[in-house]
Amino acid sequence: MNTGTFNPPEIDYLAIAPILIIFGTAVLSVLVEAFVGRTARRPVQLVLVIGSLLVALYFVISQAGTRTITANGALVIDGPALVLWGALLVLSLLGAMLMAERTLDPSGDVFAARAAALPGSEDERQFTQRGWVQTEVWPLFLFSVSGMLMFVAANDLLLMFVALEVMSLPLYLLAGMARRRRLLSQESALKYFLLGAFSSAFFLYGASLLYGFSGTVSLPGIAEAISAKPSQGPLLILGMALLVVGLLFKVGAVPFHQWTPDVYQGAPSAVTGFMAATVKIAAFGALLRVMYVAFGGIRWDWEPMLWVIAILTMFVGSIVALVQTDIKRMLAYSSIAQSGFIMLGVIAASAEGLSASLFYLIAYGFGTIGAFAVISMVRQSGGEATSLSAWAGLGRTSPVIGAVFAVFMLSLAGIPLTSGFVAKFGVFAAAIESGDTWLVIAAVVASIIAAFFYVRVIVLMYFSAPAKEPAVVAVPSAFTTIALAAGVTVTVVLGIIPQPLLELVANADVFLR
Amino acid sequence: MTELMPAEGVFSLIWLLIALPLAGAIVLLFGGRRTNSWGPYLGVLTVSASAVLGVLMLLGLLDRPAEERTVEQTLFTWVFVGDFQADMAFQLDQLSMVFVLLITIVGALIHVYSLGYMAHDPDRRKFFGYLNLFVAAMLLLVLANNYLLVYVGWEGVGLASFLLIGFWQAKPSAAAAAKKAFIINRVGDVGLSLAIMLMFVTFGSVSFDDVFRSTSEASEGTLTAIGLLLLLAAAGKSAQFPLQAWLLDAMEGPTPVSALIHAATMVTAGVYLIVRSNAIYNAAVWAATAVVIVGLITIFMGAIIGSAKDDIKKSLAGSTMSQIGYMIFAAGLGPIGYVFAIFHLLTHGVFKAGLFLGAGSVMHGMNDNVNMRRYGALKGLMVITFITFMAGYLAIIGIPPFSGFWSKDEIIHAAFERNAFIGIATILAAGITGFYMTRMIAMTFFGKPRWEEGVHPHESPAVMTIPLIILALGSTFMGMALLFWGNIESWLEPVTGFASEPTPLPTMFYIGVTLVVVIIGAVIGWITYGVKPVPIDPPHGSWLTRAARKDLYGDAVNDVLVVQPSLATARYLSWFDDKGIDGFVNGIARWVGLLANTLRRTQSGLVRSYALSMVGGVFVVVLALLLVRMN
Amino acid sequence: MESSRFIVLPAPLIHEAPEHYACIGREGFHKRAKSFSYEQGAIDPVNVYTPILILGILAFGFAAFSIIIATLTGPKRYNRAKVDAYECGIEPTPQPMGGGRFPVKYYLTAMMFIIFDIELVFLYPWAVAFDQLELFGFLAMALFLFNLAVPFVYEWRRGGLEWD
Repeated sequence: MNTGTFNPPEIDYLAIAPILIIFGTAVLSVLVEAFVGRTARRPVQLVLVIGSLLVALYFVISQAGTRTITANGALVIDGPALVLWGALLVLSLLGAMLMAERTLDPSGDVFAARAAALPGSEDERQFTQRGWVQTEVWPLFLFSVSGMLMFVAANDLLLMFVALEVMSLPLYLLAGMARRRRLLSQESALKYFLLGAFSSAFFLYGASLLYGFSGTVSLPGIAEAISAKPSQGPLLILGMALLVVGLLFKVGAVPFHQWTPDVYQGAPSAVTGFMAATVKIAAFGALLRVMYVAFGGIRWDWEPMLWVIAILTMFVGSIVALVQTDIKRMLAYSSIAQSGFIMLGVIAASAEGLSASLFYLIAYGFGTIGAFAVISMVRQSGGEATSLSAWAGLGRTSPVIGAVFAVFMLSLAGIPLTSGFVAKFGVFAAAIESGDTWLVIAAVVASIIAAFFYVRVIVLMYFSAPAKEPAVVAVPSAFTTIALAAGVTVTVVLGIIPQPLLELVANADVFLR
Repeated sequence: MTELMPAEGVFSLIWLLIALPLAGAIVLLFGGRRTNSWGPYLGVLTVSASAVLGVLMLLGLLDRPAEERTVEQTLFTWVFVGDFQADMAFQLDQLSMVFVLLITIVGALIHVYSLGYMAHDPDRRKFFGYLNLFVAAMLLLVLANNYLLVYVGWEGVGLASFLLIGFWQAKPSAAAAAKKAFIINRVGDVGLSLAIMLMFVTFGSVSFDDVFRSTSEASEGTLTAIGLLLLLAAAGKSAQFPLQAWLLDAMEGPTPVSALIHAATMVTAGVYLIVRSNAIYNAAVWAATAVVIVGLITIFMGAIIGSAKDDIKKSLAGSTMSQIGYMIFAAGLGPIGYVFAIFHLLTHGVFKAGLFLGAGSVMHGMNDNVNMRRYGALKGLMVITFITFMAGYLAIIGIPPFSGFWSKDEIIHAAFERNAFIGIATILAAGITGFYMTRMIAMTFFGKPRWEEGVHPHESPAVMTIPLIILALGSTFMGMALLFWGNIESWLEPVTGFASEPTPLPTMFYIGVTLVVVIIGAVIGWITYGVKPVPIDPPHGSWLTRAARKDLYGDAVNDVLVVQPSLATARYLSWFDDKGIDGFVNGIARWVGLLANTLRRTQSGLVRSYALSMVGGVFVVVLALLLVRMN
Repeated sequence: MESSRFIVLPAPLIHEAPEHYACIGREGFHKRAKSFSYEQGAIDPVNVYTPILILGILAFGFAAFSIIIATLTGPKRYNRAKVDAYECGIEPTPQPMGGGRFPVKYYLTAMMFIIFDIELVFLYPWAVAFDQLELFGFLAMALFLFNLAVPFVYEWRRGGLEWD
């Protein structure tokens, strides 16, 4: 094996600049934590975070059209990767805005003053009283974003696994840092961590079996091995199954979904919004790449399995959402159901399926982050009013916020003139073209069920008498306002003029292999 | 068919014509109280700017040879679903141009007038916002290059009309009138949407250019169906028989609204639609005949209603119906009439706006009383209003050289070119016009004062009278200007086509007969209402008067034919819905709920059970894959 | 055991699935179930793993047999000492005060150990192959060390090393 000479890998630094920028800023931001004084930390961190996201976004946009494989085939920068990068960076920017919000909670911040302090302890009380805020969330946030960027561009399983962990570990921590209801938050973080580690193990085991099968971890290499020996049995199948389980966990597909409601409910709303939007995008990006590039040749093997998973996901998500009484849990089930719909695009296994999935992910990301922005604003004395009953009559007491939330609900339900409609239409059309008509029929039935609980929220907001302890809408600072405005604008504009984005994703409908 | 020219130079700003008032509407409606102080002025400014832009474009068009006067501007592909494509694109040609000028100039004048008329209204910012919205929607309607975009504008003006009729929504009558207008308009809208669908199915496109180019490919039956559906749409928007009932009630809105929307512009959208679709009617004789019949019926209905109403605005509304009837009628005559339909539309837009604003000025001085039986002898107290009203009066009854004479005369002449019988009918209707308009001025400006206690009639402020003067000048000279100097026939001919047929008798004969009949009508009106004293309480009247006071039983007919059956159907459906469908749906809902509650139990909150279910999932995935592999 | 894996199939037919199963027949090969065709020189995995498999089965069988036979035949008399984890009667782990929590600092020390541990693991092979890896290897390793130093600096600056 050893040839004796070492050839350093050719790395196209410009092409992977977005990853490097975010990762480098994350390291820098750890140093800021170490050396900058307590009061100056927050502004410095915010400048770093927002600045680096914008610069990275500039690099993504400036190299639209780049199609290259670099770092010895480990990273691939192609159409889908660039589109996903753009979406991830913009949504991360909005997520950062939500996390930076400080005027909504009267006690100052959405994150616990000291994450290590015991909930309810004297230490915690003192930290809070002194008005300490935590800025460690920002390095964590940046590490997570850099992991996501790497995840959707990874062209081999090893790098994909590293990216998966870089993306997930900070999220586990972020989920546990809510300032209020800390026990719930910490419980959710622990659950997320344990189950996430469990699923990572599946992913890694699957990757090793695939290595055993093909002798390589690169996705195109696996595809080559498959076409070289197509009837190779259990090793490939078992490896693929375990690998896919790891990814399905991240997208929240049934039956790997059970962490979702607990984590969405427990994590601070800002983090939930960020995570719900971006992790879904990153995980589906990776799932699409693995399925299309590595396993495209045996799609007849995995499609029926995904059929089952997709139908389960759509129906369990939609049906269980019907009986939720907590709005964050309801949105968690909604995100499960949406995963089922996006899976239609994966199953289509065509260029149309890929571009429709990309559009869906973007539409879903903006709608979701906006919905969580609204949730972070609707409050009661004890913090956020997440109980659905407190939302009764909200549309009449706060017409603007009610209307904005209604737009998000309508979009998630897939009502025309919102981005959700165009998105659903796209994946359904792609699935029908690939001959999955029955799956689409099932999806339509599921989306009717789903529409019911989305519309129920609107009915509750507009046609119900206000609750005894009605929620009030806190006035946000510019941060949340910008995020909310961006969310609602994109949702409506993509519903009315989807053509530019449709063209963009249509130009990004092939994976480079 | 003329070539479509790309939008260059001043024409690259076509979108701005619409965007200006739209931006005004957005600022006013979303700006909140902050804009209260300067909002109305912004409203005036945006519409005036559009008017200036419109004039610049007119100059631009005049600069070009006739065959290059159709300009198209595509902003972006708006809807693109399967084979269906509709662009957000505008088409400015000779026909759209005259509409743009009518809408923006009359619109600007009425905005100015409203500054005075609505000065004391607490919601005047909202009022100007709605007016701007209306102007934007109406401009979209006439500038669209495809039927789908027309439909958007069509709905937009309907919405603005609904909002403005119900502007004083605290009054139950205003709220009811707004609802009525909206519902009746829906009937027409269904016609338009069906027509659009039929066009798409037949021609594969809904853009004007594609549809008109390929009319020869469609069967006459299809074209007749499209034509009749478009007529239904036009009847709804233009208050033509049988969808006329809403216009009289729409007078509940503020008077500037009645002038702008329910006299000058929106109600003429039906005429625009028919003239714009001339290629379809030219190829569908029966549809065109239906247009003529609908127009003729409405001419008489409107005139009779106008003769009996004591409410000055409703009387004018009846007259509007009647005059639009003339336009629809002319549009149905085919190439000999299209041009004159638009000609009359323009002159009517100006003189009727002037008459309405004059009526508003009178009401302003009479504490908002609309009952003409409580007016009288106002000519000395409201000199400017009186003189300008007289200009409008002479224009509408068609006395030379006032503008209405030229346009109405051309329509009557065109009618004789087609058929002597309908020609005689139009002359008769012109006589009735002379009667009811004379009745109106006699009751309002002449005779003895019959004012209510505490009313002190006075002239309106300059901000109201200046628009009146401008419109009066228009009522006087516009007909001549358009006919002799503007050469309207040859201007519109590239879009609408123009033909002339010989008549059995010389033209002067028809003009003379018409004038004689009109003067007879006016004299009867003068004798009845100007010479004899006008009783304050309306007399019992003949059966025709009584019927006309009740809008010729339009509401009663609607009630028996539409409302009662609808209610009965609704009651039945509601019963069926409760018992049948709801039973079924609730049944499903119950089962789904049960399922949800079962599934939700799996969400125990315990990590170990989650992990277990993941392991179960892994087995499912592996098994599914292996099963597939084995087959 | 399925042995068709040794059939060399033409590459592109993978894209025509699901017919690719049928391709075997179309291309003139045997039906799948009956196709035995050992390539020359290929190691038959069955032969390599057979002894291990047999050993595994024997071991499992012995363990199962022992447990089952013991439960079936042995007497069952329990006392407190017997159910303790260790029969000497001592609790296996001393519980810290306050219900089982360790101070956070304890974990910090453990993590610090892991950081340097991993660092060393990577330093050894790099040192061995230093010459071949040239400048690229040096820079990569420097970056690696820098990245590991950053959290250490963070911990040190924020007082993680002070045991109070």
